[in-house]
Amino acid sequence: MRRELNILIHNGNQYIPDLKNVSLKPPFRGLPEISTVKVDEKALVEICPLGAITANPISLDMGKCAFCGSCAFAFPDKIKFTTNYKTSSNIRERLIIKEGQHDKILIDQDSIPKVIKNTFSKSLKLRQISAGGDNSCETELSAASNANFDMGRYGIEFTASPRHADGIVITGPITKNMASQLLMAYNAIPDPKIVVLCGVDAISGGVFADSKAIDRNVLNELKLDLFIPGNPPHPLTFINAILDFTR
Amino acid sequence: MLRIKNNQSVSLEKIEILNYYSFSIQAIELLTQEQNHCVAYFTFIQGTNLQFLMAIADDKNHDIVILSHQLNKNDKKELSALSQSVFALHIFEREIHENFGVEFKNHPWLKPVRFPQNRANKNLQINDYPFYSIKSSELHEIGVGPIHAGIIEPGHFRFICNGETTLHLEIQLGYQHRGVEQLFLDKKQNLQRNLLAENIAGDTVIGHTCTFTQIMESLSDTEISEQLCVERALALELERIAINTGDISALCTDAAYLLGSSVFATLRTLIINFMQLWCGNRFGKSLVRINGSHFPFTEALKQELQTVLLAFETQFEEMVRLTYRLPSIQNRFDFSGIITHKQAHLIGTVGPSARMSGIMRDIRVSHPNLAYQKFPYETLTVDKGDVFARFLLKKRDLRKSIAWIRTVLDNCKFETTKNNKPTYNLNLKPHHFTISLTEAWRGEICHCALTDKDGALQHYKITDPSMHNWKALELSMRNTEISDFPINNKSYDLSYCGHDL
Repeated sequence: MRRELNILIHNGNQYIPDLKNVSLKPPFRGLPEISTVKVDEKALVEICPLGAITANPISLDMGKCAFCGSCAFAFPDKIKFTTNYKTSSNIRERLIIKEGQHDKILIDQDSIPKVIKNTFSKSLKLRQISAGGDNSCETELSAASNANFDMGRYGIEFTASPRHADGIVITGPITKNMASQLLMAYNAIPDPKIVVLCGVDAISGGVFADSKAIDRNVLNELKLDLFIPGNPPHPLTFINAILDFTR
Repeated sequence: MLRIKNNQSVSLEKIEILNYYSFSIQAIELLTQEQNHCVAYFTFIQGTNLQFLMAIADDKNHDIVILSHQLNKNDKKELSALSQSVFALHIFEREIHENFGVEFKNHPWLKPVRFPQNRANKNLQINDYPFYSIKSSELHEIGVGPIHAGIIEPGHFRFICNGETTLHLEIQLGYQHRGVEQLFLDKKQNLQRNLLAENIAGDTVIGHTCTFTQIMESLSDTEISEQLCVERALALELERIAINTGDISALCTDAAYLLGSSVFATLRTLIINFMQLWCGNRFGKSLVRINGSHFPFTEALKQELQTVLLAFETQFEEMVRLTYRLPSIQNRFDFSGIITHKQAHLIGTVGPSARMSGIMRDIRVSHPNLAYQKFPYETLTVDKGDVFARFLLKKRDLRKSIAWIRTVLDNCKFETTKNNKPTYNLNLKPHHFTISLTEAWRGEICHCALTDKDGALQHYKITDPSMHNWKALELSMRNTEISDFPINNKSYDLSYCGHDL
């Protein structure tokens, strides 16, 4: 017993008191900012390995971005990744950052159905489905519940059965071999329910977008509620997205 | 017989094409000796022929034997199975059968491996997998997955049980298949390929990117700096420490020991947060790049790492002293899911899954690359082959990693001026073959690449350690209580996406 107590004392309080205002240090790459400096646009567009950057005006689609930083290394005056980890939105188009844009609010509160706020603001149980996820998103989602991030303090938890869930968190580019199972799990969740796409692979297919082994058609049958960019998204990104969306 | 070193590339002409009879004799003779094991056996299309290539790592001579044979266009696609003599080859022959429709006569069971999109028999669907079953009114079957009761990748487990005792477990994978190997050929930019290597298995980012970059560097005759070798090896060991800590935590969770579960999980955070401080990503994505790095290791980072390791070690050892002596932990883990030395050798397990049964198998020792040449690594084994042995090995491996990192940090001075920026415009040597092996936390990762006459990638082959090791989990469960499946599964912690590719 004395040993256990010693361990508890030595470990102290591990939880992060305020998850909404943590200051992460560079080189952590969060919300990008694009300046209006003139650069060789063609070279900038071509440097992105995932085709997330487009010209006229220069814009970066976080839904396609792996946050590898290649663009920022090549054009440091043009693109800068800030340490702001609140990068998610409920509207897909808002993940596209245009040059000169500096607004930070990404979630559109007006378009969230009232039933979501009424039903899920105090308690939300989620079922996670990995459909070709590389186990980094999955590991970060597990970490969101550990003693540091302690998502459970908000009544947000992952459940074992879709029958007990209020929503589904999808990771991975959605492989052909998992597509039908994904739909089965979604259908097993009672209404009302939310669908969260977590990570670049889930939002756009990421580096696997052109693969013949994936089949993203199943997404057309779901109403998508929340897009959480990152490769993988930081637990803080995930928790803040869910909090902003549901309460 | 062609023998090459780890990361060496060799002209395709130097690879002698044997007839299947002498190929079989040589392969069987080598693979029945314990010092040798097969690291890759695959097929690719060469002109109108099917060429087969086998790489056998020789741990005593520290080199890799390359054997090859061909099937001509007009030959019947039928060979006699080597699995009859060397059981560990069963999975490779199944894979070749699935991808190219080659029949292996007398193979124990040519089952599908992962239902890849370019499989030979497109009529076969993932839901039609032929499970083994036993007809008896006293036995029952339990099907679990592909979606599991937790945050975990998909796979299907089929148990045949007599009451609470598992008689047989069969694991069906393939749900995670993303067509990675084909994408390596489809993507033409090396930065894209580098990114792809990062996403093969998100829990082994450093392991796979190190192996990939060594392939590209070897094929383009690029010599990387000593400092870069050290940086990559440091990252590999940090990845190993983080995962081992996480696994120890998860095993505590499955044994319902909550204090251990929470404390080890927060300790893992210390290590992965250091990775984030180094390269901006907790898993080390974007750290390892071809012939250089955007995130050089600095003296400031070195000091920070020493502080982190000290804090980690103090808390870790305090928690370990309690956890590993707990009767409730010992009672759950002892004698559960035993794999004997003989079984492990038959299956051809690698990495910790081999070392837990007393097989000394560690690429850092037998085929050292990166900084393991300058700073030799002493690996260790345990003998019992049960869950507790795997639990124990994680702890001891972790201590070794910390000690090794300290030796390296004490003997290296990190200068940012020595750092190269990554280079992606490479001229790959035409008509060459190269093989790279890296000891990642799960065991050896093997990448092989072939170039065509213009120096473009013609074939890319990945063997994740999980490919060798899944069979061990199946055998572990025989005559084990089904309630012990979670601790057995977690004690191996094998990769689904690394297997399915």
